[in-house]
Amino acid sequence: MKMKSIIRALSVAGAVVVAANAQAATELTVYTAVEAEDLKRYAKEFNKQYPDIKIKWVRDSTGIVTAKLLAEKANPQADVVWGLAATSLLVLKGEDLLQPYAPEGLDKLSAKFRDSDAVPSWVGMDAWIASICFNTVEAKKHNLSKPASWQDLTKPEYKGHIIMPNPNSSGTGFLDVSSWLQIYGEDKGWSFMDGLHNNIARYTHSGSKPCKLAASGETAIGVSFAFRGAKLKTKGAPLDLVFPSEGLGWDMEAAAIIKGTDKLDAAQKLMDFVASKPANTLYNKGYAVVAMPGIAKPVKHFPENPEALMIDNNFEWAAQNRMAILKEWQNRYDSKSDPK
Amino acid sequence: MSVITARPVNDWNPLSLRREQLLQLIGVLFGIVVLLLTVLMPLYAILSKSMENSSGDFVGLDNFIEYAATPSLASSVTHSLTIASVTTLIVVTLALICAYALQRSCMPFRGTIRLLMMGPIFAPSLLPAISMVYLFGNQGVLKSWLMGESIYGPIGVVISLSFWCFPAALMIISTALSNTDARLYESARALRTSALRTFLTVTLPSIKYGLISAGFVVFTLVLTDFGAPKVIGGQYNVLATDIYKQVIGQQNFQMGAVVSVILLFPALLAFAVDRWVQRKQVALLTSRAEPLRPEPAAIRDWSLFAVCMLVIAVIIGVLGMAVYASFISFWPYNLEFTLDNYQFDLMDGGGWDAYENSLEMALYTALFGTALIFSHAYLVEKLAGFRLLRTLLHLMAMVPLAVPGLVLGLAYIFFFNSPDNPLNFLYGSMAILVICTIAHYYTVCHLTAVTALKQIDAEFEAVSASLKVPFYITFWRVTLPVCLPALLEIAIYLFVNALNTVSAVVFLYSSDTMLASISVLNMDDAGDIAPAAAMGVLLMFTCIGVKLIHWLLSHMLLNRTQGWRQSR
Repeated sequence: MKMKSIIRALSVAGAVVVAANAQAATELTVYTAVEAEDLKRYAKEFNKQYPDIKIKWVRDSTGIVTAKLLAEKANPQADVVWGLAATSLLVLKGEDLLQPYAPEGLDKLSAKFRDSDAVPSWVGMDAWIASICFNTVEAKKHNLSKPASWQDLTKPEYKGHIIMPNPNSSGTGFLDVSSWLQIYGEDKGWSFMDGLHNNIARYTHSGSKPCKLAASGETAIGVSFAFRGAKLKTKGAPLDLVFPSEGLGWDMEAAAIIKGTDKLDAAQKLMDFVASKPANTLYNKGYAVVAMPGIAKPVKHFPENPEALMIDNNFEWAAQNRMAILKEWQNRYDSKSDPK
Repeated sequence: MSVITARPVNDWNPLSLRREQLLQLIGVLFGIVVLLLTVLMPLYAILSKSMENSSGDFVGLDNFIEYAATPSLASSVTHSLTIASVTTLIVVTLALICAYALQRSCMPFRGTIRLLMMGPIFAPSLLPAISMVYLFGNQGVLKSWLMGESIYGPIGVVISLSFWCFPAALMIISTALSNTDARLYESARALRTSALRTFLTVTLPSIKYGLISAGFVVFTLVLTDFGAPKVIGGQYNVLATDIYKQVIGQQNFQMGAVVSVILLFPALLAFAVDRWVQRKQVALLTSRAEPLRPEPAAIRDWSLFAVCMLVIAVIIGVLGMAVYASFISFWPYNLEFTLDNYQFDLMDGGGWDAYENSLEMALYTALFGTALIFSHAYLVEKLAGFRLLRTLLHLMAMVPLAVPGLVLGLAYIFFFNSPDNPLNFLYGSMAILVICTIAHYYTVCHLTAVTALKQIDAEFEAVSASLKVPFYITFWRVTLPVCLPALLEIAIYLFVNALNTVSAVVFLYSSDTMLASISVLNMDDAGDIAPAAAMGVLLMFTCIGVKLIHWLLSHMLLNRTQGWRQSR
């Protein structure tokens, strides 16, 4: 406790110093899992408002960024996380790595898109939703009908034609598994996955790979997320995006301040921006659902009203049971070297 | 300290000598401290981590028991051993045939064939694996050849790694075949022994240590390689990918440490056997041995030539496929030529910066690595005193060979990112990548340096000592110039490996120090296979280019400095 108050005092002192040196540029180290091509737009928009804060991006996939933050627990390197799965941020919150802060305009965000504490540890940006990438050319070749629901994927005709991400390494994979368990309940959820497993050609490490593999005809069906599928479709891949009728699992990209940063003032400014209207407009470029209601315009190749399809995702439950779910998954499916 | 005083006492200028000895002592101690900090202490960190729970309490072997009780993890041990054994068998057999063709036949174009067969060594192990996707994947041009089997799994891993390990085995077996005594073959001919029998009773026994050594080198390479199983392994889990999955996917550092420790065992065994073999091999050649000059034999030569052509066709096919695929705009639906895949700045892989970082890292590694390793080897080999300390330094220099890169990388996180470590400022910097890479490839370079130094007569040191020339001047004026070929060899070895390494640095890079080899991995991981192939191809051509420069340079330098060698 004493230590904490010292740190707080120090960070206040730090903030004062920072404020005094407002002219000199502050450099914030920001960890992110946002796509590389989007980062430049984010930083540009942010610097329009705060030209004296420079962002130093550290970009990697969700699993790696999370692992990095946990590995550096004793000696944090990041000041802010901007664009990481909420499930991961919940894990970090559990490890007491996040600095709670209520950004300006917090009340304008949808209640779903923020940590439920009065002073939230993290705030959401946008949702990424599960979807199925369906290659029409390969489907015709193998005589496959277009699936309409998750349950359809267990039909024998798809045997060996489905690829999905491994939940142990991919955030998207985990959101799929946790959503199925929430949609069907534990028992039926696992038996659905047993059926699905029979049809799976292989599990990939990354969440966007199944869709890219479907786009290149390496497989007919890739369980992935809508953002990736829409992008590939725009590029000209012979894909149809399927949004299964039972409902879509989703996770959100979120942002948080890392506890112990010596640039708290700049970090808070960044958080203010993260929750602002201009930022939410930015997120809408690729994501159909964003944290601030009323901002989002429809995105090409997405369904009309994606929010209606999204399940009522219980993040706390998912974060608490994450280890147990992954372990069970691994015992059921990972040990079979060749899915039959 | 008593070691220091155990010097001949006939010096009449004890003061300058003592200063020189002090300098030597500092050198040796420095070497020991360097290896302690970069190899042994990180290894200790990983060992202790494997016996801790997630909150850092000591739990003994609990983690290992948990590992053995998890079927999916334990099966990786069998998988790893299976692919390592199969690959070793394939590679050693093929390498034996090809090396025999190169050393013992009169087939044409032996030089060119040898050169082409070295091709795979210049690419990261990821490249052949990516090539397999294009050749045998579901949209692969040769998919039908697999007769319904999937390339994603043990088949793909074995083919990719056989391809990648082939040059190493070829080199070792070639060397073994070149050291032989022609008199044995004359006797065999005089006794009218059949060719087969000669092969079985003369040739094979004379190269058996070379074969064992090659076998273990390949076995260890396969066991510890991480690139190929990651790209083409599909659902076939092996130990190396398990470490990655535990650490990156599940943030389970303790289990990562456990798998690392398990991976250390076979590597240690291979290392021990290799040491034993090396010792045996020395006794094989006697000074009276005569070099064997193969005689032409049409059937043998042409059939060996055919086999070699087949191997080369495969090598060119696999590498060529990767090059070709890197220029295709949207495989398999749009086969137009494009340079888009080389626009790395638009991909999630670190862009062209990654390539520049790689060059920088490889350059530093080659420069500092060569200087450090060679001067340590000099101290080990050429000093008169401090026998105990020098032996210690030598033994420590042998350790990195037994440590897989992935294990070393993970060990570095535990050691260097601990807040109590005054060296933790290195974490996330370019320096830590350079240090880790030097440590990873230390042993081979050390042995090369020691071998080169052994060739120089110890008289030089004795003479210069009696002429009162300080040892560092002898080192600078005599030892260095004479060892120039070995120095270049070490530098190139470090450079090529630093450029292509994935395993040791995959846990250590930061966004500022993204490397090209890692970006191949990440781009493939994200499904951007064509750009991944493009980056791999770029790395390969860089290595070939550097090797060419090395070849030109060493020809020029050798003519100038190595004239003494020809006098024999």
